[in-house]
Formats: sequence, structure tokens, C-alpha cells
Amino acid sequence: MAVYLVRRLMQALLVVLAMSIIVFVGVYAIGDPVEILISPDADQLERERAIRALGLDLPLWQQYLVFLTNALQGDLGRSFVFNEPALKLILQRMPATLELAFGAMFLSILIGLPLGLYAGLRPNSAASKTIMAGSILGFSLPTFWVGLMLIMVFAVQLGWLPSTGRGETCSVLGFIGLQPCSAGLQWSWLTGDGLAHMVMPAINLALFKISLVIRLTRAGVRETMLMDYVKFARAKGLSASRVTFVHVFKNILIPVVTVVGLELGSTIAFSVVTESVFAWPGMGKLIIDSINVLDRPVIVAYLMIIVMMFITINLVVDLTYSLLDPRVRLENKGT
Amino acid sequence: MAAPTLEVRNLRTHFFTRAGVVRAVDDVSFTVERGKVLGLVGESGSGKTVTGFSVIGLVDPPGRIVGGQILFQGRDLAKATEAEMRDLRGNRIAMIFQDPMMTLNPVLRIDTQMIETVLAHKKVSHEQARQRARDTLGMVGIPSPDERLKSYPHQFSGGMRQRVAIAIALLHEPDLIVADEPTTALDVTIQGQILAEVQKLAQTTGTSLIWITHDLSVVAGLADDIAVMYAGRVVEHGAVSDVLDRPLHPYTAGLIGSVPSRNKRGEPLRQIPGMTPSLLSLPPGCAFRSRCPRAAEACLAEPEINEILPGREVRCFRPLTETAEQAA
Ligand SMILES: Nc1ncnc2c1ncn2[C@@H]1O[C@H](COP(=O)(O)OP(=O)(O)O)[C@@H](O)[C@H]1O
Ligand code: SF4
Ligand SMILES: [Mg+2]
Repeated sequence: MAVYLVRRLMQALLVVLAMSIIVFVGVYAIGDPVEILISPDADQLERERAIRALGLDLPLWQQYLVFLTNALQGDLGRSFVFNEPALKLILQRMPATLELAFGAMFLSILIGLPLGLYAGLRPNSAASKTIMAGSILGFSLPTFWVGLMLIMVFAVQLGWLPSTGRGETCSVLGFIGLQPCSAGLQWSWLTGDGLAHMVMPAINLALFKISLVIRLTRAGVRETMLMDYVKFARAKGLSASRVTFVHVFKNILIPVVTVVGLELGSTIAFSVVTESVFAWPGMGKLIIDSINVLDRPVIVAYLMIIVMMFITINLVVDLTYSLLDPRVRLENKGT
Repeated sequence: MAAPTLEVRNLRTHFFTRAGVVRAVDDVSFTVERGKVLGLVGESGSGKTVTGFSVIGLVDPPGRIVGGQILFQGRDLAKATEAEMRDLRGNRIAMIFQDPMMTLNPVLRIDTQMIETVLAHKKVSHEQARQRARDTLGMVGIPSPDERLKSYPHQFSGGMRQRVAIAIALLHEPDLIVADEPTTALDVTIQGQILAEVQKLAQTTGTSLIWITHDLSVVAGLADDIAVMYAGRVVEHGAVSDVLDRPLHPYTAGLIGSVPSRNKRGEPLRQIPGMTPSLLSLPPGCAFRSRCPRAAEACLAEPEINEILPGREVRCFRPLTETAEQAA
């Protein structure tokens, strides 16, 4: 186990290093921020001063080395635009994105798993057919359109839910009364108003995932029900609920956990659309704004954080997987 | 004489598929006496497994028992409710499956899978259930059962897994065990060991056995009675010594002729020429007709199963009796 973890961490380091080069070169290639950042009326002298101040006069490999040296000390550069550390900018936005992504994941399991289980156990019932038709809609309707519809109906027409922003926020320490609410990382789900603001974006983001979990669960149940070991479990005289919730459920949990876990990464990385529709001030919105003005340090820092997040999520999924499936022995597994 | 453990009368189990009705079991009758072993023999696809599942009440849609009686200790299981069947399953009637690699749940430990079986039928403490599980594992020849209880199925070999499945079947000392080709997937040495062991266990506990197999040589050493199935029907039924020494049905004779040697247990059966007919489109008349060396005009009608000699039931117009021989 320890050997496995160390090996995984070494691999992770290599991946991060390789990604840092790719990201750095890639971002360098997409355009010259000087054109955007420096006012066109600036004279030659001012331009050169600005370029030097931003470190843009050095050759690419030197810029990279500077970046790497600083990165190793936890400094991913300063935003050209905000003149603040890029890392700090991103971390400030991270709770907003994380709570949205985890909220969506939570919803997808809470709703998708029972519906999928039902549809798998009673494949021919009218309810199951409705569930499956619904899941196709969930797959195919574009996220931004669903988001706009949600706002139209529940915010504009009915006025039940707020349409944009995070609402009131609070920190965890503030929530349990150890600090003022405004100190520390801010979360919406800790306040009633914040939760109300979260409902629609979370559902919007979850819709695809709910459909995914429904279909995965249903397929898993249908497949598992045909296995000899389920018939054998019934031949032992076990109750139907024990067969379903122990023998079948434990087996379908393996693919569902894997896929939902891996989906978490892409949810976080690609929550851009939902964040834009609901003006949710998360990382997705920040990165779109930064790309528009070619704020390189922020883009690079963002991509590096996403890379590390994916690596972490993969590791956690693998560990969970090995807990769920006794046949998986971590020592023998590659990446 | 006490009532037999199991008496199956005119059992019919059909599958209602899109392609049509598959008459997987069509008029099957046999008797299993208390403490005796019935060998249920036939080529693959003849309906042996479906017969076994019918007895234990595990025929799943699109299949359904459409006729006949399954008298277990005098009580008709074909009419029992699901709750009544659940009380019997794993308790009074147990089943062992063909493929030991697929029978145990891969994500549950052996102790979980054994203890849940004990607790499903007996109000005992978890600890008592574990002890019962451990003792039974020991009984089927699994060394250091205490440790093995904590293992997962993938940590066992095929033979060991089948022993675990047998142990699970024995947990409640059932009155009847349906063993569906339990040694087919195992290599010859292990087969022999398991056969010997099951025979011993059945004798000591007075359990009746239905031993399903396509291997006549297995039945020869193990069974008291034999029922030979062909295309969903029992074509011959009688004491094992009688049937094997002097088969009356041409199909049984063909099966015996295709066994290379009685001593070479586990060798694959040499095929009788021709194919098992599709159960979807059985032509009228005797189902064995197209492969039967004795087929004649009379065989265009449907043969019934009759006791043509004392204790010898055969479904054939021209059985291999001396009288028939002369008539031919
Ligand atoms: N679920 C099912 N649906 C349709 N036909 C089935 C099903 N299960 C079994 N059968 C049919 O029943 C017949 C007998 O099968 P089976 O009892 O498994 O044979 P055996 O055990 O003798 O090899 C086969 O022809 C098979 O096609
Ligand atoms: S009834 Fe006719 S065809 Fe069928 S087994 Fe007997 S002799 Fe052969
Ligand atoms: Mg079979």
C-alpha cells in the first residue's frame, strides 16, 4: 500500500511537470498579451518598461524556468490584470465552484441511484420507461438552454428562487461560531440564502450527471441480476431486499462510483457554462475572463490546479475502487 | 414405506420468448426416495437445469411452470407462494450450481455469504451462525476454516469454491440437494474427491440428491436411480444398474455407447450422430426420430412414457427389449 502510494505520487509529479511545460508553451502560443494589456497610445519606452516588468522580454525557456522556480515556492505568478497572486485569485473562487460541483454530484447520486435501481429492477413498468425517457432528455438538452429555462420559470415567472449570484456566504469556522462569518473561505451552502441561490445552478449542472447515473445504475442492475451469484443468493433463501441491496447493490456501486468520481473532475473543470448562465462567481467564470484578456499567469495557474485536481481525484477514485472491489490489489495495478 | 422426498409428475416448464414458446421441460416425471441419489442425465440443452430450477422455484420470466406437480414431502411446490418457497430454499432444498467461479458473490467475504444463509432460516446469534459456517467449511474439507471465512472468493481455487458452495448447501442439512453438474467445470482429480465427499455427506445426513450431469460415468458410481432426458422429456427412468446394464431406450443406448470407458471418468462424451433438435420447432412424433437407428413408421406419433418392465419406464414405441427385438 505505502509502496503503491509512493509510486503513484512519483508518477503524479512527472505528470505535473510534463503538463506544466505543455501548458506554459501552449498558453505562450495563443497570443501576445502585450497587445491587449498595454494601451495602444503608449510610447516605445513605456512599452518596453511594461514588457520587462511582466518578464515578457526573456526567451521562452527562461520564462518557464522563472515560472517553475517560483511555482516550487508556491508562487504561480501575478495576474497581469488584477496585479494579485494568480493562486490567490483562483483559490478565492474555488469554494464557489467546488460547492456547485459537489452539490451536483450529491444530487446525481441522491436522485440517479434510486431511479436507476428502480428502472433496472422493473424494466418494463411505465414508470421505468418514463425515467429512461427523462434521462435521454437530461443527456441531450444543452446545459445553457436548461439553465435559461430554469431562470425563466423559477426566477422570472414564479419568483421562487433567486436567479444569479451566490447569495449570503459564510466560512466553516464562522458557521460554528468560532469566527465572524466573513473570515476565511466563503461557502454558500452554509446559509439559507446561499442554499436558495445554489439550487438552480446545482440542478443545472447535475442534470447530465443524474442521467448518467440512472443509465449506469440501470445497466448495472440488469447485468448483475443475470449473474449466477444472484441466482445462488436467491437459492439460499435470502429475502428479495437482501439480494437487491447487498448482493446486487455492492456490485453496481463499483462502476457508478468510478464514473461519478471521474466526472467530478470534468464537472469542476467545465462548470464554465453553468457559472456564466447563473453569474456564479467561480473559477470557470474567472478563467473565461482571463482568457479574454490573455491573463497568462491566471490561465497557467488555473490549468495547473486543474491538472493536480484530476490527479488527486483519480487517486481517490482508485483507492475507493479498491475498497469496494476486493479483487483489485493496488500493488499490482499500474496507473 | 415413507413418502419419497420428491415426486415430480408431468412437469412442464416453458419459456415464452419472442421467437416462440420454448418447451424446455415438457412432461418430466421422476421420484427421489429419501436418502437416495437420482442421476438426471442428458445432452446439453435437454432441460436438466430448467428442471432443477423448477424444483427450487427459481424459473425466471419469460419462463414459467405451466403444468404438473412437484411434490416435496407430499406438498406441491408448483402451487407454493414465493414466501413459502423462500422458506424452503437453502433450508430444506438446496442447490449447487455448475460453475463455481460464478456462484459466489465476488465482492462479499465468504463469512458474509455463509452467515446470511444461516440467519435467513434460523434465529441464532451472529456468533452461532459463524460457528455453524466454520464447522460446515471444515466438514467439506477446507483447511483452517477460521481463516478462510475471512477470505474473498477470488482467493480460492475453483475446486475450493465449489466446496464452499457445497458447504453453503449443507448449512441447514437439507432434505434435498439439486446439484447441477457441480464437477463439470473442475479437473478430474478434484471431481473425484468432491464426488466421494458429497456421497459420504449425503449418506451421513440422509439427504436426497438430484445429481445433474451429462456424464454417464459419474452417475454410474453415484446414483441409485437415473432419469435420462431428451429434448425436454424424460425418455427413460429406472434403477441405475438396470438402465446402464440393459438400456431400453435407443437414446440411452447411444449415450452408453458413446462413453469411451467406464473407468475414464470426465472424458468428454462422444456425440451421438446428429444434432439435438431445436425446442422451438420440434416436429411431431418422437423427438429422437431423426437420430434414431430404430425409427420406423410408428415413431411419427408421439410416444408416451410407460412402465414396460417392472421398475423400468421408457418413452419409445420400439424399445430394446427382447420382445421388441423379435418384433422388429
Ligand atoms: N431464459 C431462457 N429463455 C429461453 N429459453 C431458455 C431459457 N433458459 C433455458 N432455455 C432453454 O431451455 C432449454 C433447456 O435448457 P437447460 O435446462 O439449461 O439445458 P441443460 O441444463 O440440460 O443443458 C434450452 O434449449 C434453452 O434454450
Ligand atoms: S420412438 Fe421410435 S424414433 Fe423414438 S426412440 Fe423409439 S424407436 Fe427411436
Ligand atoms: Mg445445464
